[in-house]
Amino acid sequence: MTDLTNLGVKAIRDGVAAGDFSAREVAEAFNANVAAAADLNAFIVTTPEKALEAADAVDAARAKGETLGKMAGVPIGMKDLFATQGVQTTAASHILEGFIPQYESTVSANLWAAGAGMLGKLNLDQFAMGSSNETSYFGNVISPWRKQGSNAALAPGGSSGGSSAAVSARLCPAATGTDTGGSIRQPAAFTGITGIKPTYGRCSRWGVVAFASSLDQAGPMARSVEDCAIMLEAMAGFDPKDATSLDLPVPAWTANLSADLKGKKVGIPREYRMEGTDPEILDSWERGKEWLRDAGAEIVDISLPQTKYALPAYYIVAPAEASSNLARYDGVRYGQRELPEGAGLQDMYAATREAGFGDEVKRRIIIGTYVLSAGFYDAYYNQAMKVRTLIAQDFAKAFEQCDVILTPTTPTAAFPLGDKLDDPLAMYLNDVFSVPASLAGLPAMSVPCGLNQDGLPLGLHLIGNQLDEQGVLNAGLAVEQRAGFVAQPEKWW
Amino acid sequence: MSIDRATVAKIASLARIEMTEEELDRLAPELSGILDWVEQLGEVDTSAVEPMTAVIPNTLRLREDVVDADPLTGGNVRDKVLANAPAAEHGFFGVPKVIE
Repeated sequence: MTDLTNLGVKAIRDGVAAGDFSAREVAEAFNANVAAAADLNAFIVTTPEKALEAADAVDAARAKGETLGKMAGVPIGMKDLFATQGVQTTAASHILEGFIPQYESTVSANLWAAGAGMLGKLNLDQFAMGSSNETSYFGNVISPWRKQGSNAALAPGGSSGGSSAAVSARLCPAATGTDTGGSIRQPAAFTGITGIKPTYGRCSRWGVVAFASSLDQAGPMARSVEDCAIMLEAMAGFDPKDATSLDLPVPAWTANLSADLKGKKVGIPREYRMEGTDPEILDSWERGKEWLRDAGAEIVDISLPQTKYALPAYYIVAPAEASSNLARYDGVRYGQRELPEGAGLQDMYAATREAGFGDEVKRRIIIGTYVLSAGFYDAYYNQAMKVRTLIAQDFAKAFEQCDVILTPTTPTAAFPLGDKLDDPLAMYLNDVFSVPASLAGLPAMSVPCGLNQDGLPLGLHLIGNQLDEQGVLNAGLAVEQRAGFVAQPEKWW
Repeated sequence: MSIDRATVAKIASLARIEMTEEELDRLAPELSGILDWVEQLGEVDTSAVEPMTAVIPNTLRLREDVVDADPLTGGNVRDKVLANAPAAEHGFFGVPKVIE
């Protein structure tokens, strides 16, 4: 029998439906891989019993001849940013340690309704703030990948670093991620997997721990474009409980997948050819253009003039929203409380937040508070929101000339843990290619395109127009078919 | 723009985060560096640009005017609301004394 943990979402779902194996066998196989991979630190909490319970329900439904869901029999990892009823949800922070949600997030509820089961809650950067998974209160996630000839621990990317490590190491066939400035796409690129952030508003934010509400968007991370399409269909959909949820039907992305790009134009933004980008990344970009041309597309040069201002705008907007969102952690309603002897209410707030938040979270709350404070609001926050308008206009103009945009996902391959920890600006620059699409709310995806000379995965990044996930997925499929990426990390854990 | 320790201390107090002297010493230059970098936004001429309010055009909806229309977001769930409180007492959130 084939190793079930090498199968992806579609293969598992179809195999369970056909009776080739049971959902329980699948869940047991992945539970075993999860239990044996403690060295990766990808999970904060494991829930093998939840995976088995969901699997048994699918097997029973199949035995009765019931119609099975889109994700029936597929066990997944859940980023620990989604509230899961009865299962600790921490956002990888100390302040939420021990928090047991009394309700289920809409996205996770949608996935369970589609027949998926939960293997556990995945580690992440604290409150999703980070690009290397080094800000988690529960320790670093270690990438399953290593440079050839080296045992140095590499970053799995962030903030969805537990998700990327787990999918890449075959601890789960797919996982949820969330993306505020690149937190699905950058970790996907670092670990040789596929991940898509849909248009802002496609997936409900209800029950997702908020970081920057105007940017946060959930999406799937898996090992193929088709698996991402299937899972995104299960996650997405209108939710009246989220005021920014889009009241639109979920398109049949999977049924309409096509790698034939005849008549399509692929835009290459000249501003993305940046100094400091690894030459091997630039080579992979060239190969990507060739592949899409081979798929029938025409390659056109485009310009996104405000690109260099996207990252500084993001690092005003995101911390500003974070400082407001994280005001709720006050030691009163939920989470940890720090109450020094004789402390009053205000002292309790300050002590609780001092003890409960990590350094990067504090840094962003302070920046956010500063840029929103009296006298600075116009110069910083308002100016950033105006630049954001210009960035969105750049994309709108570009999509008059092309259907989808191709760029690298990251300026370098995965870096060693600890490499950028002392230099917040160097860490922020990692998201230089992913942030502009986030600011404009556009769908964007990373697809693995090969290995560099050190044997580490590289990703190509596809950005689509508003609501055109299909265009992104189709171009992603064309890249996937031509890249033929089958490399896996060699097991050391 | 360089910000000094006193400014960081004031902002930290507004954000209700206690900070040690050591943390203030570390944060002041770090934040100055980040703010210097974001200040390049000042180069962009935005005199004729509206700040973004919604990234994807959307209309605000009203929910039906029905009590507890959605059981998940409706009322009568006091014990669930209090379930994660560090100090819930007599059906309320407990806090240190605020009135002398």
